[in-house]
Amino acid sequence: MGERVLMKGNEAIAQAAISAGCRHFFGYPITPQTEVAAYMSKMMPKVGGVYLQGESEVASINMVLGAAAAGVRVMTSTSSPGISLMSEGISYIAGSDVPCVIVNVQRGGPGLGGIQPSQSDYFQATRSTGHGDFHLIVFAPSTIQETVDLVNKAFDIGDKYRMPVMILSDGMLGQMMEPVVLPEETNTAKDKPWAACGHQGKRKHNVINSLYIDPNELERLVRERFEKYKTIQATEQMAEEYMTEDADIIVVAYGASSRVSRSAVDMARKQGIKAGLIRPITLWPYPVDTIKKVAKTAKVFLSVEMSMGQMVDDVRLAVNGAVPVEFYGRTGGIIPTPKEVYDQIVRLNGGVQ
Amino acid sequence: MAVKGQRPHALTDVPFHYCPGCTHGIVHRLVAEVIDELGCEGKTVGVASVGCSVFTYNYFNCDMVQAPHGRAPAVATGVKRARPDNVVFTYQGDGDLAAIGAGETVHAAARGENIVAIFINNAIYGMTGGQMAPTTLPGQVTQTTPYGRDVKTAGNPIRVCEMLSSLDGVALAQRVTVDCVKNVKQAKAAIKKAFQYQMEGRGYCIIEVVSTCPTNWGLAPQDAVKWLRENMLPYYPLGVYKDIGEAKE
Repeated sequence: MGERVLMKGNEAIAQAAISAGCRHFFGYPITPQTEVAAYMSKMMPKVGGVYLQGESEVASINMVLGAAAAGVRVMTSTSSPGISLMSEGISYIAGSDVPCVIVNVQRGGPGLGGIQPSQSDYFQATRSTGHGDFHLIVFAPSTIQETVDLVNKAFDIGDKYRMPVMILSDGMLGQMMEPVVLPEETNTAKDKPWAACGHQGKRKHNVINSLYIDPNELERLVRERFEKYKTIQATEQMAEEYMTEDADIIVVAYGASSRVSRSAVDMARKQGIKAGLIRPITLWPYPVDTIKKVAKTAKVFLSVEMSMGQMVDDVRLAVNGAVPVEFYGRTGGIIPTPKEVYDQIVRLNGGVQ
Repeated sequence: MAVKGQRPHALTDVPFHYCPGCTHGIVHRLVAEVIDELGCEGKTVGVASVGCSVFTYNYFNCDMVQAPHGRAPAVATGVKRARPDNVVFTYQGDGDLAAIGAGETVHAAARGENIVAIFINNAIYGMTGGQMAPTTLPGQVTQTTPYGRDVKTAGNPIRVCEMLSSLDGVALAQRVTVDCVKNVKQAKAAIKKAFQYQMEGRGYCIIEVVSTCPTNWGLAPQDAVKWLRENMLPYYPLGVYKDIGEAKE
């Protein structure tokens, strides 16, 4: 392992990508993620990599498509409005079965919204980051160290399944500093016999494509992709449980809001309230197994989000009516305080005994 | 038996889907002949655009990537930056290159990306059935300019080579056509020069091929060639708009 250093979240994302063997970065400036690009522009020339500022998010994600098609590890980073612009390219990347890592340091929306932290792109990340039937693998870190670890994992899992992976961060995690241990760089070059990088006269030409005029062929390919998704749903779910074993009230929160919720659970425990926390780490595949298991013993779930209620739908689907599912959220760039979440826990508990 | 002519190796043995009289077939062959002559098929990556030429990924024997509408220059940039030793070209129509992809085109050119753009200008959208293109001539009737293109409301056509020639990143900007043997030869020479410039790392090269679309122009193939000569070429004069010249040793 490397040395322990103090790093800003956005810079840690960039360094983690470089450590994971990423030597190609294409992006466009947008607050609050611009430090990722700035760090890449500083470091890539030093490690023999490519940093290129595209003329737009639209161009940048298509540069990612080109580099991914050519078989290299590639990443882009943006914030909410930028993901909207990238949606077209992300759909093509998914439809072309090429791997890449896409970072969304979320800010408030809709429209130009604001520049403060938000979690209001959950639907966009997990439901439809572009047109058509497809999914991204979505990781939601809650600390800088976890961000680093998940960026590393994102490249591996993307290569493994040949699909785009999103790091769903937010303005708080992007801008704050924490100590991290960066992983040592290992040999990350993967053999990609499908890549479009010149056949050198040694094989048939490779075609990276998402167009299938014959509906039967298109349906077959989409179904094949969904078989792959089933495997991912069965094997790649990740969640952290905190004091859930005896808990009656289960808070479900990811990313920045999970840090607040954890403090709220601690406050509740001090008052003798049996509260616990499930923190989804993969938002797609959603950790339904953990939720289902805990739903057998819990009395009520509370989804806490920095949105008007998006992940709560997935909690409800997983709980499937077994117990009530409630929601508490702040939006527009407001981070809920531990006290606010604690008050919700107390309300669900019917007060403090 | 002596072989007088044969399919270039860089073209696959697949029948083109193009309409009778369409010049895509000629241009495909020219690109393939150039790839053969330069012996670069094994390291060439083509980027197909959206429009009639989307299926180029089936027709060229080199590796191919299919790009979203207008984004071929960005996709090609990604390929080239990832694999600088590859020879990378885009094959784009006028709607793709000069309308929805105008931004990507201008910026790839401004950056001097070492890519070649083969630009088919036939003044109309072919794949979607004959709508106005950014290069549709003033007064030209299309499905979406049924009374003729009125520049007061539908805007003016874009002369792409002239526009791009002002950019420092452009190494070669040349407009050619394929209406007769002489011009076909000139077109091939231009395409070859563009590929050579790329292999020398000279910058962005665009070869605009003034082309026909008999189906959507509503003309027989030979009438389409006549229409091209009488209407297209006066508005889009053939010629070299920028050429930084042979590399100096």
